[in-house]
Amino acid sequence: MTITGATYVTTRLVHLSPVDVVIVVFYFALVLSIGWYLRGRANTGEDFFMAGREMTAWVAGLSFLSANLGALELMGWAGSAYQYGIMATHAYWIGAIPAMLFLALVMMPFYYISKTHSVPGYLKLRFGEPSRALSAISFALMTVLMSGVNMFAMAKVMQIVLGWDINFSIWVSSVTVAIYVTLGGLRSAIFNEVLQFFLIWAGALLIPILGLYEAGGWTNLKLQIVQRTSEQYVHVWSGLGSFSNNPMGINWAGIVFGLGAVISMGYWTTDFLVVQRILAAKDIRSAEMAPIIGAGFKMLVPIIVILPGLLGLAVLPEKLVPESVAAATGAHSYNDVLPLMLARYCGPGLLGLGVTALIAGFMSGMAGNVSAFTTVWTYDIYRPFINSKSSDHHYVNMGRWTTVIGVLISVGTAYLVMQFASIMDYVQALFSFFIAPLFGTVVLGMLWKRTTGPGGFWGLLCGTISSISMWAWVKVDPSALRYVALSPHAKGLAQDYYQALWSFIVCVIVTVVVSLGTKPVPDGELIGLVYGLTEVPSVEDVPLYQKPLFWAGVVTVFFVALNIIFW
Amino acid sequence: MISIWFFIGISLSVNGALILAAGIYEWVNPPVSPGVQLYYLHANVWWGAVLLVIGALYCFRFAPGRRT
Repeated sequence: MTITGATYVTTRLVHLSPVDVVIVVFYFALVLSIGWYLRGRANTGEDFFMAGREMTAWVAGLSFLSANLGALELMGWAGSAYQYGIMATHAYWIGAIPAMLFLALVMMPFYYISKTHSVPGYLKLRFGEPSRALSAISFALMTVLMSGVNMFAMAKVMQIVLGWDINFSIWVSSVTVAIYVTLGGLRSAIFNEVLQFFLIWAGALLIPILGLYEAGGWTNLKLQIVQRTSEQYVHVWSGLGSFSNNPMGINWAGIVFGLGAVISMGYWTTDFLVVQRILAAKDIRSAEMAPIIGAGFKMLVPIIVILPGLLGLAVLPEKLVPESVAAATGAHSYNDVLPLMLARYCGPGLLGLGVTALIAGFMSGMAGNVSAFTTVWTYDIYRPFINSKSSDHHYVNMGRWTTVIGVLISVGTAYLVMQFASIMDYVQALFSFFIAPLFGTVVLGMLWKRTTGPGGFWGLLCGTISSISMWAWVKVDPSALRYVALSPHAKGLAQDYYQALWSFIVCVIVTVVVSLGTKPVPDGELIGLVYGLTEVPSVEDVPLYQKPLFWAGVVTVFFVALNIIFW
Repeated sequence: MISIWFFIGISLSVNGALILAAGIYEWVNPPVSPGVQLYYLHANVWWGAVLLVIGALYCFRFAPGRRT
């Protein structure tokens, strides 16, 4: 979702009643109470940074999902559904489910057995310090910058939706997050993410229920959408034969290989923000089950995100416009569709719950960024490169201070974006540069024992540089998109997906070539890190219904069925 | 240690009770011009009740000191 600094406030979308305000205030009181209650359970490094590694599969799984269920994601993808139709569901199905199952069944055992604290920590074990340093520094920097960008964007949304002052939104939310993460560490962040999961469903589920009632059911909704737009707005796959035959301007190869095989794999399996939640699981079965539970619920998220966007196409009397047009004309943009639907159906109390769900989504996303940043800074930068001989107590204190400093850097970034709106686009682009190549490096390291340290480092570096180069090429010459995305009809999303695909391929080729040209790592040093040399603990002694493989199969069946039904 | 599910129960119960109360008040004192579509369905009454019941079940099931 893009909210530019040039977005001007016209009139607020909703007005809160006293009971709505009480519900919002109660949410803040509850999250601070949870942080206060957990303050005594974050005294060791394992407690503060890894939540004691005692989370159940359900808690880790819902937290894993919630870390990606931020308010901007919800509003942005609801807006995308209004803009592109039901094709936006790809972000939740092929753009997530295969990657989550791959993480659960293939990659998680290695993360968990190695007892690493972070994804950069795994890179250190597998490839050595240079790869860890490159990954940790880029991740830490991008995480706090993204947190600040999201903070500004959310404050802007609160100004547009509720008329709240930007400074008020920034400081209240950031101080609250700083308090509860500093007190309770990762456990506090995870508890609040699970709370957010329930609030989002409680606050948003009523929109599709009432919307479908008003539209006259799913069949009538589809008819109304087709009348207002085109047939392709109600099909997930059938328009993907060519770039020009669907509103997204992309083809099936970009969706399957760019989004499904690279971007989502990169995000869900190597972005430490989400992986950290799984590493906090209490045992390996829980660590494998958590992403599967997350995948099961992820398939349902379109009900509260995509469906409201589609309903907006059918029932809203006004036509929503792109952000740039909205800024110039004062009309509502695509990204306003979720708040507009909230205001359409939700009276006193319900409106407060819906707004609370958005605030909770934003704050838990920020807490996720800050807790991941704190862990990577302390364990992957401070301890190996600055101070390697201090006590566990010292590193916990460093974690608490880093939490506060991380929040302050985020606040600073938010104000910087407020002054220089173009920074926002650059930071959002920067984050995407690292995801695809990092997946190439990690997956080769896990699955191919011949991968060497120099191979991993140079593959990661070249993949990242290639991604930056393609982005810069299109930035300087927009017509270059036809070469990056292989079609003159390609649109913006096609660039993201194909750019990720090419950078992944560059990473893999460079890693393989350099690895074959360098000295192999002895097998003995790769035990616990590489497939084929590691004995993965078995879960054979549990009943069928408790086996991760069984539930992964169930999720796969539903995933395939949904794609066929909405083909 | 208090279960996370107990906190969820507290949240759903309190929010459900507030929404239900607001819905009943609005039903008893109907506004001159309803500000929302489908007002006649009184969604805040039944949705508030649903949240209250689910929240109460979570509070009971995961209450501190209760063996789960």
